[in-house]
Amino acid sequence: MRVRLWGTRGSLPTPGPETARYGGNTVAVEVRSDDNSVIVLDAGTGIRNLGRTLPGTAKRVDVLLSHLHMDHIQGLGFFAPLYVPDMEVHIWGPPSPAESLRSRLGRYMSPPLFPVRLRDLPCRLTVHEVPDGHVHVGPFAFDASLVCHPGPTVGYRITADGRSLTYLPDHEPGLGVRGPLLPDGWTSGCSLADDTDLLIHDGQYTDAQYAERVGWGHSTLDRAVEFAKLTRSRKLVLFHHDPDHDDATLERLMRELIDRTRPTMPVSAGYEGEAIAL
Amino acid sequence: MQRELEIVLTRQLASYLATPAFIVDPDGNLLFYNDPAEVMLGHRYDETGEMPAAQWATLFEPTDADGVPLPPDELPLLIALRTRRPAHREFWITGLDGARRHLVVTAMPLVGQAGRFLGAIALFWEGAAP
Repeated sequence: MRVRLWGTRGSLPTPGPETARYGGNTVAVEVRSDDNSVIVLDAGTGIRNLGRTLPGTAKRVDVLLSHLHMDHIQGLGFFAPLYVPDMEVHIWGPPSPAESLRSRLGRYMSPPLFPVRLRDLPCRLTVHEVPDGHVHVGPFAFDASLVCHPGPTVGYRITADGRSLTYLPDHEPGLGVRGPLLPDGWTSGCSLADDTDLLIHDGQYTDAQYAERVGWGHSTLDRAVEFAKLTRSRKLVLFHHDPDHDDATLERLMRELIDRTRPTMPVSAGYEGEAIAL
Repeated sequence: MQRELEIVLTRQLASYLATPAFIVDPDGNLLFYNDPAEVMLGHRYDETGEMPAAQWATLFEPTDADGVPLPPDELPLLIALRTRRPAHREFWITGLDGARRHLVVTAMPLVGQAGRFLGAIALFWEGAAP
């Protein structure tokens, strides 16, 4: 399984020279199996470049949305496979008690926010609300589970080729917790991340930022490392970088984080274009 | 095994409340009670831990006002689990510290996304002295 980060920024695209290293596109991740089947995680602005690299022979692509905040769907209308007749596109996302996933997506993919409606796309589109339990898609299997973030939000654990990837881009595992995270039965996201080969996890805030934004659904850098230790994750890639963290700031924060937390696994800040082989 | 997210968040809410709270799973197994409940029940959660319904429902020796023991299926939490409707009543318990207390209890079923039945929470407070 190969993973490529096409967008690592949270909240808002932040293009410019000061974010050139880690990238300014909002979140999108390509997961490719050994047989070149592709799953896409989230549809932030990074998905536009991702879509242009899919092989012309591809007949199917699955897009797994963690939730429908704008930074996770803004690129969807610019995802090239949606405009390829006979291309099978499957969009998966969290159910809501109030409205279907298709209807909620349609609020963005319709005028006045977007000129093309979902129903007018030429591809063969299927929208799925993620069920409980295992889902099999070609060589991949994935599990989705609700995680701590405002509104219906899921994280994913994807397995293929004997390896596992856990994707928790927007996650506040320490909400309401004083002191260390609770044992793993009582911490959001643990069932998805337990013993995973690669954990891609929200690392948006410093402790000082978090103090002003409790309940906004994001993790501090330190909590992300603590969560990775709790779940015995083998590698941690911090993700969903704060728009205010330019390259120089992120590099300083990472140095300080490593010195402070002494992680037991490799920890890095994900950057746009990064390729990770599992 | 991770608890359902709604249960995790309910525990976290309960841990901040000054109102005693007691959380059970769909089978009635005790999952958590908060600090104010510890005062009422006379024992720390860290010491009792999780326990099956058959154990906690009799451990505190619930009775009516006349001292007649209440069967477990007449306790508000177990009514809420069985009927999936809120339940309310007053009764007496003997805390693990030996003190007799008058409790007023309201229990509500917890239903998560997609109609998943997750258990129930009881909020309670001390009633008037006899």
